[in-house]
Amino acid sequence: MKAAPFAYDACDSTTQALALLQPRAGDADDALLLPCSGTQSLGPMLNLRLSRPARLVDLSRIPALNAVTRQGGRLRIGAAVTHARIEDGDAAGVPDVTRGLLPQVAAHIAYRAVRNRGTVGGSLAHGDPAGDWVSVMTLLDAQLLIAGPSGERRVASSGFYAGPYTTALQAGEILAAVEVPVFSDRARWAYRKLCRKPGELADAIAGLWFDPALGVARAVLGAPDGMPHTVSGEAAVQALRDPVAVGLQLDALHITDPVQRGWHQAMLRRAWLDIDTASP
Amino acid sequence: MKPNDLPLHGVGAALQRKEDERFLHGRGQYVADIRLPGLLDVAFVRSPLAHGRLGAITKPAGFEDAVYTMDDLVGVRPIRAVSGLPGFKPSDQWPLARGKVRQVGETIAMCVAASRALAEDLAEQVQVEIEALPAVVDMLAARGLAPAALVHDDWGDNVFLHTHVRGDLAAIKASAPIQVRRHIRTARQSMAPMEGRGVVCQWDSRLDQLVMHTAAQMPHINRAGLSECLGIDQGRIRVIAPDVGGGFGYKGILLPEEICLAWLAMKLQRPVRWIEDRGEQLTANANCREHDYDITLYAESDGRLLAVDCDATVDSGAYSSYPFSACLEAAQVGSILPGPYKMAAYDCRTWSVATNKPPILPYRGVARTGVCFAIELMMDAVARAAGITPQAVRLANLVQPQEMPYDNITGKHFDSGDYPQALNRAVEALDLPKWRARQAAGNEPHIRIGVGHSIYCEQAAHGTSIYHGWGIPMVPGYEACHARLTPDGVLELRIGAHSHGQGMETTLAQVANSVLGIDEQRVRLVHGDTAMSPYSTGTWGSRCAVMSGGAVAAACQALLERVQAIAAALLNAPAATLRAVDGGLTDPASGRRVTLAEVAHAWYRQPQRMPADVHPAGLEVTAGYKAQRDTGTFSYAAHACAVAVDTELGTVQILDYVICEDGGVLLNPLIADGQVLGGLAQGIGSALYEEMPFDADGQPLAPTLADYLLPGATEVPMARLDHMETPSPYTAFGQKGIGEGGAIAPPAAIVNAINDALAALGVEITECPASPRRILQALQRARAARAGLAQAAVSA
Repeated sequence: MKAAPFAYDACDSTTQALALLQPRAGDADDALLLPCSGTQSLGPMLNLRLSRPARLVDLSRIPALNAVTRQGGRLRIGAAVTHARIEDGDAAGVPDVTRGLLPQVAAHIAYRAVRNRGTVGGSLAHGDPAGDWVSVMTLLDAQLLIAGPSGERRVASSGFYAGPYTTALQAGEILAAVEVPVFSDRARWAYRKLCRKPGELADAIAGLWFDPALGVARAVLGAPDGMPHTVSGEAAVQALRDPVAVGLQLDALHITDPVQRGWHQAMLRRAWLDIDTASP
Repeated sequence: MKPNDLPLHGVGAALQRKEDERFLHGRGQYVADIRLPGLLDVAFVRSPLAHGRLGAITKPAGFEDAVYTMDDLVGVRPIRAVSGLPGFKPSDQWPLARGKVRQVGETIAMCVAASRALAEDLAEQVQVEIEALPAVVDMLAARGLAPAALVHDDWGDNVFLHTHVRGDLAAIKASAPIQVRRHIRTARQSMAPMEGRGVVCQWDSRLDQLVMHTAAQMPHINRAGLSECLGIDQGRIRVIAPDVGGGFGYKGILLPEEICLAWLAMKLQRPVRWIEDRGEQLTANANCREHDYDITLYAESDGRLLAVDCDATVDSGAYSSYPFSACLEAAQVGSILPGPYKMAAYDCRTWSVATNKPPILPYRGVARTGVCFAIELMMDAVARAAGITPQAVRLANLVQPQEMPYDNITGKHFDSGDYPQALNRAVEALDLPKWRARQAAGNEPHIRIGVGHSIYCEQAAHGTSIYHGWGIPMVPGYEACHARLTPDGVLELRIGAHSHGQGMETTLAQVANSVLGIDEQRVRLVHGDTAMSPYSTGTWGSRCAVMSGGAVAAACQALLERVQAIAAALLNAPAATLRAVDGGLTDPASGRRVTLAEVAHAWYRQPQRMPADVHPAGLEVTAGYKAQRDTGTFSYAAHACAVAVDTELGTVQILDYVICEDGGVLLNPLIADGQVLGGLAQGIGSALYEEMPFDADGQPLAPTLADYLLPGATEVPMARLDHMETPSPYTAFGQKGIGEGGAIAPPAAIVNAINDALAALGVEITECPASPRRILQALQRARAARAGLAQAAVSA
């Protein structure tokens, strides 16, 4: 179980990374040039030879991609920031602007050894629907900042995924950062996930986020076979208190397996319980 | 027993493990740590299909000398593990496939290169033509209950062996007031030691000898198997098992890869290496545990057992593994299904069937984990039918202490013990009333509390009288130990068994202390090397505490007599009166004393001081041991647990877990606790997590540890242990084998607890692992059945 041969470059800057991701003389026509960071998902795929890049461009040491900056009502988190730094919050230079949501989600991703290496950008770019950040960023309607040869572009998380493992990233582009909204003092949230053991990928995820000051009410149903499903608007989200309404959503998502439906229903019901019992 | 009541040295002392010093500091040496100059790495081309006819194999151009197929291995014979049981059909397992492939992962070609990555690059360029054949995946179809292809074309069916333990049940069937029948299954598992298999092999031209380092439990048996397949005599083969990271049965077979690597080392005259990766471990090499029971219990209305009637099937996979063969598991089911219970009649038919899956091997507990699951679920079913408690139904049927020793309905000779006391102590320790109160309160919606018990007895260290009848390639006889005092008084013990987690470097030193009075720190265990140890069938069947312990005691006793004779001359005292304590010999009459080091120094360095009649062989002895009666020791344990079942999610949380274990006299209670707790973790894996499913084409569906779930720190509770100590009447110190016990009872106890929790909802789980999906499906079926009944009532 060893990876097929590939070239490897570690970069110091986004510019350098973008340059290295351009095809060079001597590259095969179909050569796959991949950015990488914590390699917690890519590593096993390389070793199983399911992914066969010609060249890996390591982004994990680029200072700009490790930066975290507050910009008005948004927090920009560099793509190479690890789950562990988000878990550790202020102590690791990642201020918590989400009233505990991001640190708590981060703390329940896999186990600490994985969190020390795995990155938020890597997880989002990988696009495994069972990964936490995919559902959480969809819930938060986060903005994804994509760097390419012609500069940076911005994509809403709702437009980032075409399907599992399929993103708006074009060849030669990298995910540079994710921007999340700064919650108001009146924000409430709930996040529930079901997995067989701590550290396993989720079988079902439910998230709720209300922020009256921002005029936000959103819900997410995550980790089915497809990408996370969001519902927004106070009335539409409140309707999800009714299991029948949830059932209709699951129908629309083509989730027919009774066991999976039960898991989603249970996660969402428990998320509501958290919202209703959380101190205002 | 409280720790402060324990002796500080010798048998019964709770010494910390001597070997942990090196393990905990990372100084152990496993096969993958071995570096030899010029070492080449091997990767195998493995079958992507479960069943097919092998066509042309094309080596990559220019690499003809780096890729080998069975056609290249001229003169090498297939692995053939026979059984003498009548009707057994042997299989030929070629080291590299010939004619057909019969499982995904079967070795087809061997590629050698300067590194494993380069060898894998080569392996993916080998082109293999395989004409796909229908895969045989379901064991009941393989048994003949549905149409199935033939795994071995010349057999005519897919049955390795059918056995029938006969009983006359006619009258009981006609009249028994309680008759409960269930279909019970245990999933196929993949044993997952932290270290997989691995081989480093070289040819020693000076000694004209093959030297193989291999992660193995039974180095002498591997040597015998290699000799048979390679056609070279055993003296020209040296097998070394260095530190081994867990065996559990997974390392108790001769591997096709071992034969390939041996041939390659001889062919190339260079050291070669193959280290099993996790993908190979999970999908290509041996699996375990897959049983199916169609079982009926007959009982009086008060719950007293009348008879057990069973069709038991074991999915043995594609080949018969060396040396245990494909029949051990199923035939053992036939002989041990009655468990620790009494009954008037018993009838059991078993089938070991061939399928297009990896061979199954005896995993810690062997057939007992499945058997205990079957009989203990059935005992609860009888209890429900009789309207009595699970504890009461067991107490009504267990062999009683005053009946010991007891010959049960299949002729098993239970040596000693008090089974009812173990059950009562476990149940009492669990505090049943507390859990019944919590269960009745039902405070939390969607959470149901349940309590479950299970009890078993486990035959261990059984020898010739049991095994010769199986007629497999290995029959244990006498166990040997070579003991030697070095000139400075260190005791070297050489044994043929291997220690890979059992702590024998410590426990056998304690045995030596009890006989010779030598400090355990001055005892060295030499083992795991055919060149340096006496023959042994190795470490399996929970046999080493009894057999290696007995052999060490015998050798130390013989050595003591030599030491006493020399000490008598040095002290001018009668030999027989000298007492071996505190590392020396003491004359009780004079109080004078001479140390073992002084005795050894005198023998080796001052032979002029020896008496004329001194034994000329000096301070080296080899002694053999066999238990007074070799039908085995029967350790036993009762497990009791409380669980919370989440009826929305199907998840199970273990709230409390109690084990009352009787392993006879424990050589080291600390190590025994470790054995029980380690086994419990594996039993929890069987109960709730571990499963290797296959699709209809025979493709394994859990090929990585992300798919194959093992219990970890968050899934294994801190169990509470209670020990009883009923000596075996037949062993050196009264010790019994307990190495496997912890893994036997948990699936039964946990699933009985789940069923207790869900009984009011009409749910009874009869399959393990009791995964969330299985539990939810059972709940949904029960709900549909209740709705159907309600509907029917309305319609009526």
